[in-house]
Order: sequence, then structure tokens, then C-alpha cells
Amino acid sequence: MSDYPDFTPVILLTGFLGSGKTTLLARLLKDPALGDTAVLINEFGEVGLDHHLLDRIDDQMVLLSSGCLCCTIRGELAEAIKALHSKRARGEVPPFRRIVVESTGLADPLPVIATITADPVLKHHFRMGAVVTTVDAVNGRDQLARQPESVTQAAVADRLVLTKTDLADTATTDATIDALRALNPDAPLHRAATDPLDATALLSDRPALTTALEGFRCVAAPDLAAPAHLAAIASFALVFEASIDWTLFGLWLTMLLNRHGSAILRVKGLLNVEGSETPVAIHGVQQLVHVPTHLAAWPNPDDRRSRLVFITRGLDPALIERSMQAFGLKPARAPMAAA
Amino acid sequence: MCALCGVLGGSEHWADAHARPGAFTRNTSPLERRRERARRVTEANRILGHFGLGLSDWQGTAFQLSTRTGKTELVDNLSHLWAAAEKLLGRPVDPLDPGLLARLERRA
Repeated sequence: MSDYPDFTPVILLTGFLGSGKTTLLARLLKDPALGDTAVLINEFGEVGLDHHLLDRIDDQMVLLSSGCLCCTIRGELAEAIKALHSKRARGEVPPFRRIVVESTGLADPLPVIATITADPVLKHHFRMGAVVTTVDAVNGRDQLARQPESVTQAAVADRLVLTKTDLADTATTDATIDALRALNPDAPLHRAATDPLDATALLSDRPALTTALEGFRCVAAPDLAAPAHLAAIASFALVFEASIDWTLFGLWLTMLLNRHGSAILRVKGLLNVEGSETPVAIHGVQQLVHVPTHLAAWPNPDDRRSRLVFITRGLDPALIERSMQAFGLKPARAPMAAA
Repeated sequence: MCALCGVLGGSEHWADAHARPGAFTRNTSPLERRRERARRVTEANRILGHFGLGLSDWQGTAFQLSTRTGKTELVDNLSHLWAAAEKLLGRPVDPLDPGLLARLERRA
């Protein structure tokens, strides 16, 4: 029996240039709770590791006094993770139970997710954990309007961390939050400047889709819709009274993602699957769908309706709903309006 | 890998709901899995028929996708299925195509 999970979660920390990823990481690394974590970063120097508090394992790897293992990514991410896995199996490094990858600010998160999900070696030992995205409260809204990468980073986030709220006035912060909510209606949003930020909770498994319908924003932010990359981005939710036929759902969603995967920034759902007593959580990013997970219980035992949330670019929500109905999957009502 | 034909074993696909710690798992017995494969073929053919394509099980490890003129592709899983269908047809297979939806709705 090994000291680490069969499928070690890989958490992605992403966010646009200057959005505070490294500052957040440096803050999290001080938490002793991250002692069973391996962190893959671009440069040790950027995080400002305290050289009195670390043991150097080799050129690319150091052990912090908290027990956290820190590595720089040289070359391919997949190779770096395989090297870590191999050292762990040989007992050359502590048996870390999760990996945090800090991406570069201009990175599209999808290749990292694809690497973990599809690499023939990694997929048997690792699984994709939560995507945590930092967004700068001062410049975030402007970046979302100008930089397509920042839109993808925000849309695929499982948790959003709003940084620099202490430097922004309330109106600017609210405008950034409005823009974020148009792209990602339900991801928990933390404020780095004021929230205590529990490192373990922040990096824990991606949260299941909330069953509370309140709080969903299902319309594109109108004044953000001008730039081409933001035009026609919509987030919407479908609710199903009847249980879901898994066979039909698999056929329909794979067909949809094959043809329109690049236009579906995110799909996430909490499903009442026929024959299953407990809910099934699904998460997809563009063409990739993570292994569906079984939750222990319904968040609200009296409400077992299935919910699917889509964040799409250029797809008509009404057509998606019509397609589901035609395939035999029946949403209870039209795409949900903002609560 | 099949020792006779050299076909690699099917890769895990999310819709198959394979047994895995913490994952949604269903149809764990061989009989249930065969029943699920048979149903998947039936339901897929309901869609593929609109494109002149047919699907059948291939030795319980893959699926055989064919056109009416006999062009054939072997596919491992549902994601490969739709890409292979588009390759055989030379045109998109789109679940949002209003023409397809109208035909499906007429049959419902």
C-alpha cells in the first residue's frame, strides 16, 4: 500500500500576466498544510523562496521546510511530472499527495489539462484537479476585453481568486466581478486581499456544481460583447426534472463536443443518472471531459433535478436545448434566466 | 492487444464509466457491459441512420462503423465514433444541424 493516492490530483494555477499567480503561490507555500504537495513553477527566483528554509535536492528540485517539494519546469510538463512520479516511486522524494502547476500568464490552460488527461503514462497515475485562476481586480476587466487567453483562463476556472482588490475602487472591482460572472457563473470567488484563503480548501477537488440556482448569471455582459473574442460568449444552465439516460447523454455530448468542442469553453453538471442513487458530477473543458465522479449524497436531498451549465462561444443556447430534446434528453424548461 | 489481429485494447472513455476510485462506475458485470454496448449500438444507429451509416459491435472491444457502400472504420469509443463518421462521409456530423433535428423530431 503506497502513501499516496492511486490517482494524484494535478491542480492548475493559472491567470493572466501580472494577475498575482506567483504572489498567491508564495503565500500558499507558507502554509504547513501544503507539506504533502509538489509544486511545479517556472523559476524558483520568481516565487522568492527563502533559501534558509529549503534543502536542495538537485538543480531543479528543492524541499521546503514545510515538506513541500518545489520543482522548476524545464521543457515539457509531462516529462517533469513523470520525473517526479518516478522519484516518488523510488522513495527519492517525499510521497507528495498532490501537484500544483503554475502556468505562464499567456498560457492556454487546455494543453495542460489535455496532457494530464490524455498522456498514456500520466493518465494512469494522475488526474486533473481543480483549475484555480487569478484575476486582477484593477486590470481584469480590460484584460478580459482585450486578451482571448484571459477569457479562456477565467471560463475554465473551478475557483476564481480576485487579486489587488485593495488597489481597486468598489466600482472597478464590481465591474470585474460582473465580467467574470458573465463568463463563469458559479465558480467560487475568493478575494486574495481580504479572505483568509485556506490553502487546502483552495486546492481541493473542483467543487460540484451548486444545486442552488440563485446566483447564476446567464447573459453575456453587454458592454463586454464588443471585441470579437467576447462576442457571443454565453453561459446558461439547463435543468432536468426526469433522470438522465446515461447512454443517450454519452452519445449526445460526445457528438456535440466532436463538432463544437472549440466553442464550448466549459460544460459542468450535476446529474441524476437513471439507476444511480447519488449524483454524478461531470466537468468538461472544450473537447475534454474529465472522468465523471460519484458524489456521496445530493447537496439537497429534496431536490434531485439534474443541472447542466454551459459556457459557450457563438452557440445558440436554444439550439443546444432543442438538440438535447431531439436526442431524447428532456430539459424541464428553457435555458434558465438569471435568478 | 488481441493476439490474432493485433488490435490494441480499447482506451478508457468517460462515457464508459469504468471502475476507478471515486469515479462514477456502472455496468460492472460482463452481462451488464454487453447489454450496455448493445443499447449503445441501437441508439447510435438511430442517429447514424440519418447519415446512411451503420454501427455494430466488433468482438466486444471496438465498434465497426460502415457506409452503405461498405466503407468501414473500426472505432474504440464514442469520441472516435463521430470523428470517424465525418471522415467516412466527408462532411460534418452536427447534432445542432436544424435539418437533423427536424428529422429526429418527426420520428419521436
